[in-house]
Amino acid sequence: MTIYLHELRQGSKTFLIWTLSISAFMAMCIFLFPEMEGELGGVGDMFSSMGSFTAAFGMDRLDFGTLEGFYAIECGNIMSLGGAFFAAVISVNIISKEEKDRTAEFLFTHPVSRIRVLSGKAAAVLSQTASMNIIAVAVTSASIAAIGEAVPWDTVLHLHLAYLFCQIEIAMICFGISAFSRSSSFGAGLGLALVLYFMNLIANVSDKMEVLRYISPFGYAEAAEIVTAGELDTSLVICGLAAGLAVSLAGSLYYCRKDIIC
Amino acid sequence: MNAIEINRLTKNYGKSRGITDLDLTVERGEFFGFIGPNGAGKSTTIRAMLGLLKPTSGSVSVLGMNSRELTSILSRIGYLPSENTYYPGMRVRDVLKLSAALHKTDSVGEAERLCDILQLDTSKKASELSYGNRKKLSIVCALAHSPELLILDEPTGGLDPLMQNAFFDILREKNSQGTTVFFSSHILSEVQNNCTRTAVIKEGRIIACDCVDKLKAANVKRIRFTGNAPLDNLTGIRNFETDGKTVSFLFSGDMNSLISILAEGTTEDLEIHEPDLEETFMHYYEEV
Repeated sequence: MTIYLHELRQGSKTFLIWTLSISAFMAMCIFLFPEMEGELGGVGDMFSSMGSFTAAFGMDRLDFGTLEGFYAIECGNIMSLGGAFFAAVISVNIISKEEKDRTAEFLFTHPVSRIRVLSGKAAAVLSQTASMNIIAVAVTSASIAAIGEAVPWDTVLHLHLAYLFCQIEIAMICFGISAFSRSSSFGAGLGLALVLYFMNLIANVSDKMEVLRYISPFGYAEAAEIVTAGELDTSLVICGLAAGLAVSLAGSLYYCRKDIIC
Repeated sequence: MNAIEINRLTKNYGKSRGITDLDLTVERGEFFGFIGPNGAGKSTTIRAMLGLLKPTSGSVSVLGMNSRELTSILSRIGYLPSENTYYPGMRVRDVLKLSAALHKTDSVGEAERLCDILQLDTSKKASELSYGNRKKLSIVCALAHSPELLILDEPTGGLDPLMQNAFFDILREKNSQGTTVFFSSHILSEVQNNCTRTAVIKEGRIIACDCVDKLKAANVKRIRFTGNAPLDNLTGIRNFETDGKTVSFLFSGDMNSLISILAEGTTEDLEIHEPDLEETFMHYYEEV
């Protein structure tokens, strides 16, 4: 519990900045909806005729003129990419920072096992990720209510559950990377999130590259799929989370046996 | 039961040398010195004891426990590292609270007492402290939970002479209450003035381990001679210095040969005395 609370305190600024930014951007989009609602019919026709670009963002399967479609495309993109970056940022240095910032000698000479340190850090990452999503859902739901629309709970909850799983998978992979690293892996974490995001865009554009959808967690967090199917692809979610868990466990096993260089 | 027992401990860093076949025993209640120059293997030995480094071979037992019981070992140890870095944004009192929480002890009273003695302001941010004040914070973290064994890695760096005195007073007080002190340093006067036994490490190997007085007396004397004598014929001379009339040197050869050679010439003055630990230390480093 001490490590968990310590990590939450250490990460509080990053958490606040990212949570407020993502929530504010999503709220801004929602507040734009009533103004744009009348013009979106024409925009929707235009988007549906833009070929690959339309397919890449799933706009060929969503109605941009409805709140549900607008939310899935606009807020969905902010949340999926922003949330993935957030998950990578909070997890990719959480273990390696102890050696990089030379605090490992302080931490690991106290009576706390490495496995307890890692579990405390993992719990802090999961809590921050879940809290960010809960706050974002609360802010967007309040924003939807504020513009006088009914909250499409089914769609909102399905979408945000998928984004949460996607972020957890990325966080677990980055957690594993952090365990193997002694220096800052900030670039690697953000790069990984971006590469996985583009892998899904490519899978949306090209049938030949559809396999990428099964590799990238953005595949099961694809807003168009979730809204049209009305459910998550649970097999993809389970496979993705299992892959993330495997990377983080491999990293943790390595970390428990390695030399701590101070 | 010994406080520290190290048997044939070897730690290699890839192709580079760490420590080799190191044997060391520290009894409970001792004030033990561990001396050697930078890079000799002092910190590697200490980090292997603390479980930060996994030994290549050999074993370490601390307070009768082996590395499988590392958490129990660490709960009974106070460690003062040579370099001190703390988490960003934390004040001194936050660091002390974190340390106490990790130790699962309520050591606020003792921490406050130590902060008073060392004149450490607990409201300051740890990351903004000077090197000396960071060292003071490390001292409080190491001592506040009243450990059975103190492991100190070059502990006086950054402390002014007054604070060094206050620090050694605290250590002597703890030692008199039964705390074992394992003290790594390359400042020989500190070891000479405080430690009862000392080990000398060179290039990853222990080259001497004995009582400080015995180490000083071991096979080497400081000779100061005024007169004429054919000293060129003498073997075992080191650190030869002369002002033209008086010569001074460390002598590790046969004392009978020295007396015979001096008898061949004229002697105006002769002094034979124990070298200080620094001279002994240099002797070991040149000899072995």
